[in-house]
Amino acid sequence: MGAHPAAAPPDDVRAMKRLLLALLLIGAALAAAVFALNRLDEAPVEERSAGESARPADAAQVERGRYLALAGNCAGCHTARGGAPYAGGTGIDTPFGTVFASNLTPDKRTGIGEWSASHFWRAMHNGRSRDGRLLYPVFPYPNYTRITRDDSDAIHAWLMTVTPVERPNTAHTLRFPYDTQASLAVWRALFFRPQAHEPRTDRSAEWNRGAYLVNGLGHCNACHSGRNLFGATTGTMDLSGGLIPVQNWYAPSLAAGEEAGVAGWDTREVVDLLATGVSSRGSVLGPMADVVFRSTQHLTPVDLTGIAAFLKELPQVPPAPRPAALTSAGPYAATLQRGADVYEAQCAGCHGTDGKGRPGAYPALAGNRAVTMDPPANLVHIVLGGGYPPSTQRNPRPYGMPPYATVLNDAEIAAVLTMIRNSWGNGAAPIATPDVQRYRGGRGSGG
Amino acid sequence: MFRPPARLRFAFCLATAVSWLLPFQDLVAAPAFEDSTAQRALACTGCHGREGRAASDGYYPRIAGKPDGYLYNQLLNFRDGRRNYALMTHLLEHLSDDYLRELAGYFSGLDLPYPAPQPAAVDNATLARGKALVLNGDATRGIPACAQCHGEALTGVAPAVPGLLGLPRDYLNSQFGAWQIGQRKALEPDCMAQVARQLRPDDIAALTGWLAAQPVPTPSKAANSLPAPMPLPCGGMPSGDGRASGGGAAR
Repeated sequence: MGAHPAAAPPDDVRAMKRLLLALLLIGAALAAAVFALNRLDEAPVEERSAGESARPADAAQVERGRYLALAGNCAGCHTARGGAPYAGGTGIDTPFGTVFASNLTPDKRTGIGEWSASHFWRAMHNGRSRDGRLLYPVFPYPNYTRITRDDSDAIHAWLMTVTPVERPNTAHTLRFPYDTQASLAVWRALFFRPQAHEPRTDRSAEWNRGAYLVNGLGHCNACHSGRNLFGATTGTMDLSGGLIPVQNWYAPSLAAGEEAGVAGWDTREVVDLLATGVSSRGSVLGPMADVVFRSTQHLTPVDLTGIAAFLKELPQVPPAPRPAALTSAGPYAATLQRGADVYEAQCAGCHGTDGKGRPGAYPALAGNRAVTMDPPANLVHIVLGGGYPPSTQRNPRPYGMPPYATVLNDAEIAAVLTMIRNSWGNGAAPIATPDVQRYRGGRGSGG
Repeated sequence: MFRPPARLRFAFCLATAVSWLLPFQDLVAAPAFEDSTAQRALACTGCHGREGRAASDGYYPRIAGKPDGYLYNQLLNFRDGRRNYALMTHLLEHLSDDYLRELAGYFSGLDLPYPAPQPAAVDNATLARGKALVLNGDATRGIPACAQCHGEALTGVAPAVPGLLGLPRDYLNSQFGAWQIGQRKALEPDCMAQVARQLRPDDIAALTGWLAAQPVPTPSKAANSLPAPMPLPCGGMPSGDGRASGGGAAR
């Protein structure tokens, strides 16, 4: 019998098969790479032994863990408003959905009572939960990965002494595909590597302590740097400022003199700001007030001095040319006059007709970086919502500013901010009414 | 987030107009800066009126002269999420118990005259029904009289029960709404939530209509005690040391 040419696969089918095979192999290789990258530097975990739970905790280690948990501001997320300490429940809104902080109390069923020190270390260092699930980087393990095993064990020992609270974890409400472990594995393969803190021998011990705290537990870059499309930061050393997602406060650059850089500050001023919430250079409001209130006010002068030393030596970007101040001779004459009227009526009583404020109580607006900074998010938030710097041990009774969301409309706020940004030697771009609208959210009526 | 209903717009405009004028006089006529609680309370008086004596024609409640334990409990409630009003929560978020107690004490200690009430906004039959509910309750439905807890003169009872007079009707109505849907809470057992949930909309309209139209008696201070025990247990009440309880909320 002759051959059956029709039975032989035509060329294009063979090519298709080869292509499919190639794609399959590439897919398998990628999956294997993602899998391997997700398990880098993982030590085998030991289960929590009966001995471990029975052993009386070393008091010094527990105390150190309590302190380190403050340095990491664990309670900032893991203690809900009005809730039991470390019992979790706070929702953290992200562009991908809401992630709910977990229960860190040693409750055996709903908390971390069954976690051994090595489970805890794997969570901190590798971002993996006791049951093997990958953790969302809202829990800042891209920073915590840098802390030492010793410090991780101390925090674990401290958490084991917290009053256990039975509160089942709230399920995250992330959108597809962000709610899948597979997408999280890909994210981690792209953006996360376990790391250890490498001390720099060419720097002082003080600087190294500061670097360890800022890059590790302090997780400063979680706010003070931008994030890419996938929500990843660009490395813990990048502190070049960023808009905090959803909250829309701007965490200013620590590497720029016209934002929040402290290269030109005295160490004393940096330490004061972090310890008390106020300094001769300015005061903290908004998300940074939270950081001072819950975390930095509790740090020792030695650690704060280390943080100051590190921040003062951050490479600074050269200052941008300052815009010339708008004047009443230009097209903004009417806006500036309207702003001056509002200022006289609402602001001058505390901040002074000369914009010099009152040291220790009301910040100067003249020469104030927060006033001229772009984006003007914080400035608008402060006028809308007012606020007090935090009550701290050294400044327990701060002076405050009333909210103006219900007093001034968007156009009035835009006018007074434009005027403040262009008076007393300040010079900055004008604020338009829609800029105020953007940040108002649900606060009061803007019309 | 608080969004005023459209019918409140006018009230808001009015409140805005008033608060425009008052701070203007205050600040430009510039009381000199002093290291005092009054100076520190200026962040409160932007909305609650000069010295905390907001009148009954706006939305924000007067706080001047209220019982100190009541004010302190409310500050804790806002800070710790049992009451929800974004502007208040934001202001108080990072203030200590001690400082909040000081601010509460300052406003409580002010003894300032009240303006005349607003003219009644409801008809006479509704007023009469409101008065009966406030003073006698409704035994058939198990609703206690307001006066049983808030004092026979309705000026409150020291240290933790607030007075009910001299408040804007819009504020009173919105509080009942908030109690009913659980947006406003007190420490457990939450007696006011239990009472509020028994009330129908027409009950609320009647009793707030009557309350908002009453003059505040002189003296306006809270009574020191009640003639009879309260009809319900209330979590915000003083503990053994004579101070308002509730400071222990974990943070």
